[in-house]
This record gives sequence, C-alpha cells and structure tokens, in this order.
Amino acid sequence: MADFISGFWNMYVMVLVTLSILFCVFVLVSNMTKREKGPVELHGHVWDETLAEYNNPLPRWWMYLFWITIFFAIVYLAIYPGFGDKNAHRGQLSQYGTEMAQAEEKYGPIFAKYRDMDVLAVAADPEANAMGKRMFLTYCAQCHGSAAQGAKSFPNLTDDEWLWGGDPETIKATITGGRMGVMTPFGPVLGAEGVKDVANYVRSLSGLAHDSLRAQRGKEGFETNCVACHGADATGNPLLGAPNLTNKSWLYGSSEATIIETITHGRTNQMPAFGEFLGEDKVHLLTAYVLSLSKK
Amino acid sequence: MAQSKHEKIERNVFLMIVLTLMTVSVGGLVEIVPLFFQHSTTTAIDQKGNALDVKPYDPVRLVGRDIYIREGCYNCHSQMIRPFRAETERYGHYSVAGEFIYDHPFQWGSKRTGPDLARVGGRYSDEWQRVHLLNPRDVVPESNMPAFPWLDRPVKADDIQLKMRALNKVGLHKYSEEEIAAAPAALEGKTELDAIVAYLQGLGTAISDFK
Repeated sequence: MADFISGFWNMYVMVLVTLSILFCVFVLVSNMTKREKGPVELHGHVWDETLAEYNNPLPRWWMYLFWITIFFAIVYLAIYPGFGDKNAHRGQLSQYGTEMAQAEEKYGPIFAKYRDMDVLAVAADPEANAMGKRMFLTYCAQCHGSAAQGAKSFPNLTDDEWLWGGDPETIKATITGGRMGVMTPFGPVLGAEGVKDVANYVRSLSGLAHDSLRAQRGKEGFETNCVACHGADATGNPLLGAPNLTNKSWLYGSSEATIIETITHGRTNQMPAFGEFLGEDKVHLLTAYVLSLSKK
Repeated sequence: MAQSKHEKIERNVFLMIVLTLMTVSVGGLVEIVPLFFQHSTTTAIDQKGNALDVKPYDPVRLVGRDIYIREGCYNCHSQMIRPFRAETERYGHYSVAGEFIYDHPFQWGSKRTGPDLARVGGRYSDEWQRVHLLNPRDVVPESNMPAFPWLDRPVKADDIQLKMRALNKVGLHKYSEEEIAAAPAALEGKTELDAIVAYLQGLGTAISDFK
C-alpha cells in the first residue's frame, strides 16, 4: 500500500469503506419494523380493482442475510488486505510465494535427485522420462511436434540426425542458449540457371533423381560457394548448424523447387533460448528426454 | 415511517436517480479511482519497485497491435499471467501492471481458448510465428486456431501519424514530432505479418527472470 503516491489515498479507501459499511448498517436498522399486534395494515396500493398487499415486516431470514453480508465484509477486511497497510502479508503475491515454496519442497528433491546424475543415466530413467515428456509437451511441442516429429523448418528430434550435434552437452547448450542457423542467399551469385544446376547436384548427393548434366555443371558452383559451410564432402558442419546434404533428412524439403528456393533466398532458422525461462534442472531433464527420443 | 420515506424516493424520479448513482459509484470510487494514484499502475516498475524497460510501441508494433485487435486475437488469447504456480510454470513470470502502461486499451482479456500471450515474445522464432499465423496446422497439427492467410499483404499505413497523435492525447505516450514524422517510413515495405510478428515478439520481454 506504500504504493500510493500519497498517504491520502490510504485514508480515502479506509474512510469510504468504513462509511459504506456503516451506511449499510444504518439502512438495515432504519428499515427494521416489528410486527404489531392486531390486524395488519394494508400497503395502500390497490391493483386490478381489489388486489391489495399487507404491510408486513421483511422476513427475518432475509434480514439475517443482510447482516451476514455485513459481518462477512468486516471479517474479510480483518483477515485480508483491503484496509490500509494491514494484512499486506496475505495479499496475492505472498500467497503465490507460499505456493511456490510448497512446490519447491515437494518437487525440489525430485529435481535434486537427477541434478547430479549423468544425462545418459537420466535418459534411461523411466520416471525422469515421464517428467521430460510432460515438459516437452508444454514447452517444445509447439515447434517440434507433440511426437517430436518436427515439421518443415523445425527439426525432427526422433532420428539420429543433428544440425548442431547430438551429444548431451551440445543438446543442453542448444536448449539453454538457443541456436541461430543462417544460410545466406546465393541467388544473386549463381543466377537462376546456376541455382538450378547446384540444386540438381545437391539432389545427386543423396541419390535423389536429378538431371545429371545439370548436376555436373552444378558441382563447380557447389565447390565454390557451399563447401565452406556444408564441407567438402557435403556432410555438414555442426559448429555452424549446416546440415548434412548426403542423407535422407531434409529440414525444408528435398524437391528441386524447394532446394532452389533455399539456395536462392537462403534460410534463417532460429531456436529461441530456454535456459533463463526453464532453469538448469528442467533443461537437464529435457536434454535427457530429447536424447532418449533418438536412442530408441 | 419507513413507508413514507420509500414513497418519497419512489415518487421522485430525480431523487431516485441521484441516490442510485451514489450507491453504484461506491464500488468504483473504492476499487478503481485509487488505481490512478498508485506507482505500480502508472509507472514502468515491477512488483518490487525496480524499473522496467517498457517503451511506447514503435510504429511497426503499433500497427501489429491494431491487427491483433482487428483479427480478434483477444477473443481466444489473454495477455495476463496470474500469480499462480500453474501459470508461471507454463508462461513465465506473472504479469505486473507496470508492463501495460502503454497499452491503450490493454489486451488482458479473460478468455483462454488458446494460451496466454503475455510473455510470448521470444518464445518462438519469427519464422514459427509466420508459418503459424498463416496456417497453424503447418506447425501444430492439433491446433484449432483459425488460419490468417490474408496477413501476408502490405500494411495500411496512411493513418499511423493520426494514431500516434491520438495516443499522445490519451495515455502516457510522448511520441515526439520526429518520431511521428518518421513513422510512415518505418512502415515502408512491411506486411501485416511483419507488423503482428514484431508486436508478438515484443510481448512481455520487459521481465525475463522467471522466479
């Protein structure tokens, strides 16, 4: 409540709250009537020629309900913050703190158990895997798919192909710090025909159908422009996230048109960093889970 | 007698209106008015009073925000993480009022058919946001979010300066004349997709620490 720009507002709230509670009491008391002996008076209104109404007091149970609401308001103000600085410790943020502390007490030991275990050992632990899977579905499935199958431009995690490397430390680094894979556009350098030639050469590398004349011509363009990242043998470079072009795994698709698009315009592919958001313990379990996906 | 008091009020419409207004205004006077005089609701600070790096929306994000509103994103997405563990585990640090001082109107919402977006900034890549907006099923096969394929078109930028001037009048914004003059150029060549992705990627990034 020290949050107010001046102490006036604290008083303002307290005075208004007190006045309105007192006013409710006043209205209630001033409207209480006792039933008097003798015949009950009529209200005075007459509807439909003969229909009249007795002027009885309000039912007692109903009056009690009003008293209960007033009582509730006073008890509430006595327990929860709402009346000046009193009871600020029971505000929603301290309730949240309590909730988090309780959770830490309950789940902390479980995370602690795995914290010092080797990632490979965690990956073999069924309980840790169940936890990893739940986390994966919450934090990772939006891009990598609920079965980690990936999608166009989002890597499949169930195969043993890795853009940045698949050992425990590298996977952990990927999750913690994210990755930024950039392939620069080669359209301007190669020209439309040159791109098509290189695309055919790239297809030939993994044994896909290709125009062999174009592939032969494209080999030179590949060796000039592509080997720096993809390597002389086109098996990629995990330090740059450059994919292996000789296998059956394609991040964007293997059709000639898609490869032409990739070469012409380049690609930018980012994995956001999750280290700060998830914390080390969760990243540890997720690393193990991701590893277990491809080791089946 | 009580009856005569009632009768006086019931037979005098003007008196009745005045008394009714007085009664219904108590709630607002106690619960709403003081909010205009609190540090946490009027300045960019977090719950501990630390300054937050919250800035007025730049022109691209401003346009993106209007597209967010135009497409009715708020119908399914809230932008407020409540201080419950179940929410902060999934979405990140709970929202604080100071993050929204430049939101006119705020997009807190109350309906979550889709996930909360208060901290979606940086959670996905730009590429993911683009693919997902054009057709959510391309990346999340189970998704029931509608596709927004028409977003890949140039932004309508002719009213951006009026918008910025209007915001200068209603809120804490202080767009300078230079900023307003430069706004149309900033929108040059941008698509609606660019704008809304820029908006989404900025959401909730003022607080990054989780706990």
